[in-house]
Amino acid sequence: MSFSIEMILFGFLLVMAVVIGKQRNLFAASMLMGIFSLIAAGLFSLMDAQDVAFTEASVGAGMSTVLFLATLALMPNEEKERKFSWSALAVVTVTGAALIYGTIDMPLYGDPLAPVHQHIATHFLEDSWTEIGLPNIVTSVLASYRGFDTFGELAVVFTAGVGVTLILGIPGGYTDEVSPTGNPVHINEMPVVRAVSKALLPFILLFALYVQAHGDFGPGGGFQAGVILATGYILYALVWGSTELERVIPRGVVERITSVGVLFYGGVGVFSMISGFSFLDYSAIDPEHPAHGQHLGIFLVELGVGITVSAVMIVIYYVFTARGVRGLLEPER
Amino acid sequence: MSPFLVSLGLWNYWLVVVLMMVGLYLVIAKGNLVKKLMGLNIFQGAVIMLYVSMGKVSGGTAPIFIESSPGELAEGIVYSNPLPHVLMLTAIVVGVATTAVGLALAVRIREAYGTVEEDDVTRIQRLDELHEIGLSARDALRELGSEGEEE
Repeated sequence: MSFSIEMILFGFLLVMAVVIGKQRNLFAASMLMGIFSLIAAGLFSLMDAQDVAFTEASVGAGMSTVLFLATLALMPNEEKERKFSWSALAVVTVTGAALIYGTIDMPLYGDPLAPVHQHIATHFLEDSWTEIGLPNIVTSVLASYRGFDTFGELAVVFTAGVGVTLILGIPGGYTDEVSPTGNPVHINEMPVVRAVSKALLPFILLFALYVQAHGDFGPGGGFQAGVILATGYILYALVWGSTELERVIPRGVVERITSVGVLFYGGVGVFSMISGFSFLDYSAIDPEHPAHGQHLGIFLVELGVGITVSAVMIVIYYVFTARGVRGLLEPER
Repeated sequence: MSPFLVSLGLWNYWLVVVLMMVGLYLVIAKGNLVKKLMGLNIFQGAVIMLYVSMGKVSGGTAPIFIESSPGELAEGIVYSNPLPHVLMLTAIVVGVATTAVGLALAVRIREAYGTVEEDDVTRIQRLDELHEIGLSARDALRELGSEGEEE
């Protein structure tokens, strides 16, 4: 066991978590959450999880920071002073001690003989090249071996999008109450911000498409591409305002698109059932060459994932920023 | 090696547990709903870290097949376990979507009560209840004050 860079990064992560807890300004805390995610992404990539690192960097450091900021635009940024809770500390200490006691039987870090590497993982590592034929094993497992599971995850993302729309978006439409908040005027007038974001936008969108299409060969795939695409649009909205984004993709259209991806994913599964194969068995697409069918099936399924994830993220942003004006007009109690 | 030195190889679990407990503490002890959600996010990050660190194989590389020539796999390369990566990748995206639902609820609570502090919200709820059973505002406040002392 040697002192490694993973431990140092982990130390940073812990410090960051404690500072987030101490920080009473919520605006600063949400920025620190972004840094927390970025450190975590670095740690994931040191642990050979490039796909996870990619997702964490785009989701944690990009998307969820925007979400927290959009929320804080609707409420006070200062947290109320609260007494240090000894009882909470006691609960946490006891739970932590129990968990650490439980780790004594766990395999050591990096142990190749650990049970987790023995069961089904060997099948993925040894046979996925002949069965699926994609270099990125994570994509093979995600979209093909565990395609049903991923379908469920996508449904959860879709449901969350519907949930946010129901909670925040229903009374009063977006169009008659276009919000000037969420796009402060001064950002509009900053020439550097305008120039840089305008220059970056095409590259962000192009990168999203690359990540989408290249997920079979390297890190990436529908989940990451969807979030990157959404951040491209959200950047546009942050600088030029939601009204401008509404002209590019109307909210009603995006709301409908959220379901298209899920239906597309499910449609591929239904197609294979109609062809006499099991649900989401992509060999059905090209029974003569199962590997070719797998490639096409994974591509289509990842496309469905990308469509729904990006649409849900954009809808969530729309809903939160549209709340602005109405939230401020609400009488204080 | 002594048993103690061997058990230092469990460092990843220990740090994950500490991180997880920081998140749990924030969820329990903080009154601000947005801060609670941040704690929940830290907790979730720790869980994801636990799974990913279990997938690491020492001397291994990212689970992407390396070809020596087109169509031919290179021999003798150790790959880390791809399964935890798959499970956690989707968990992260689902996590941000559910965080959005939580934040949406916080926004609604702020609109309904004018605050996102948990104790203020419960106090306002209690006041409303006392008001409904016919107490005047002053009596209700006094009632609430004595309840606070009992705690």
